[in-house]
Amino acid sequence: MEELPGELIRELGPQVLGVLVRRGADFAAAEDAVQEALIEAVRRWPDEMPAEPKGWLVTVAWRRFLDAQRSDTARQRRELAEVEDPPPGPTEQRDDTLMLLVLCCHPALTPASAVALTLRAVGGLTTRQVAEAYLVPEATMAQRISRAKRTISDVRLGARGDLSTVLKVLYLIFNEGYSGEVDLAAEAIRLTRQLAGGTEDPEVAGLLALMLLHHARRAARFSSDGSLVPLAEQDRTRWDGHAIAEGVVVLQAALARDRLGEYQAQAAIAALHADARTAQETDWPQVLEWYDELTRIVDSPVVALNRAVAVGEVDGPMAGLRAVERVPADVPRHTAVRAYLHERAGDRSIAHDLYVVAAGQATSTAERDHLTRQAARLRA
Amino acid sequence: MAKYLLLKHYRRATGPEPTEVGRIPMDQWTPEEVTAHIAFMNQVADDLRERGEFVDGQALSPDGSFVRSDGPGRPPVTDGPFAETKDLIAGWMIIDVDSQERAYEAAAYLSSAPGKGGEPINEWLEVRPFLEHPPTVTD
Repeated sequence: MEELPGELIRELGPQVLGVLVRRGADFAAAEDAVQEALIEAVRRWPDEMPAEPKGWLVTVAWRRFLDAQRSDTARQRRELAEVEDPPPGPTEQRDDTLMLLVLCCHPALTPASAVALTLRAVGGLTTRQVAEAYLVPEATMAQRISRAKRTISDVRLGARGDLSTVLKVLYLIFNEGYSGEVDLAAEAIRLTRQLAGGTEDPEVAGLLALMLLHHARRAARFSSDGSLVPLAEQDRTRWDGHAIAEGVVVLQAALARDRLGEYQAQAAIAALHADARTAQETDWPQVLEWYDELTRIVDSPVVALNRAVAVGEVDGPMAGLRAVERVPADVPRHTAVRAYLHERAGDRSIAHDLYVVAAGQATSTAERDHLTRQAARLRA
Repeated sequence: MAKYLLLKHYRRATGPEPTEVGRIPMDQWTPEEVTAHIAFMNQVADDLRERGEFVDGQALSPDGSFVRSDGPGRPPVTDGPFAETKDLIAGWMIIDVDSQERAYEAAAYLSSAPGKGGEPINEWLEVRPFLEHPPTVTD
């Protein structure tokens, strides 16, 4: 199953898993059975393609599941389970994305385990692809996934996850960006879009809009030599107009339902940036209003720091600096924001020194190199 | 999720004082004690693999040389090996874990490998976070 499964198999695997779990199969056992059915498909389909591939996979996977149940039962010297094949009929067309995501993003899992399981079981990626995306050995990722499966099998009857944990996991996958063969941002968008198709919650739409609006800037975020280009300096003609247009439509429909949440508010801020043809044309007063709105929903120091930047644009750098002082100093980018605001206030010497400190605190090489260049620019 | 480097030193010029057991050099251990020590290290790696956290682990030969460029078209300049070097790295392990707390927990476990007399050496390991990808959403 570690060979590239092909688009069809990749798409069908999660659907078949959904059918088995809905029929009452234990998640881990169902996932094993689906993997076996997919191996069978890879072997047999090139010679004889079934008329109904999904129905074929469901039948084979269900048989495998029953076989495994029976041998387990026999091994435990229990009575043979009375499990019958479901009556034949048209294959279910229901969308099980939400059900599977809630299982894979169970709160009993660590974020890393939920991410891995989601990409494998709902995203249909192979273990090798997930391992490559997160730069760990395949054996390690296989262990992480199988532990996660055991965990949710154990807690199946306990507390259930909910949509908010699902959205957090999808956001985590998106934010990881692009780090190899698998485009995690595109994968997160695909899953969120699939979820939004079958869910009315405006926060799902809000998250989809947020992803689309940020993804639209991707080509402009890095220069040809790989260095980070901050929002204000990005070549906005390289932003993806189609993604922006779709993001704005999705966001407007979500906001019209009048149940605001953090992802809609964040998407609204991204939409205001997308709306400005140049950085100078940014509607900062409205951005600041949305940060105030966001602060009412999630009172996090990260939001407070970004809000301080907006304050700096609206009321001037000194007001921005006063706002930063109220944010805990251990928030990432705290020093970088202070450096930026001091430079705006005209104090190049303090800004230089702060950029040097900020570079030392950076959590990514791209950010560190960017801040080092800022410091070098001000020394000149 | 973040990657951490757990760095094991043969010798260090800086940093905290080694523990009593950790001070006894390996050449004063019995062969059985050395075997037990290595078996423990391998067990830790297996446990981390089983938890889905192991990325890489390597031991380094102490025979290292310094190398630098001497300009285009010229052979590299080498210096050393220096027998008396004060900083000597023995090896490393890279783990991919959910939190800094978990990285510290794994490092402490690795540090408790048995030494002379089967006592845990509780050696100091240096724990260094990797620099990561910049996040996509920053505003």
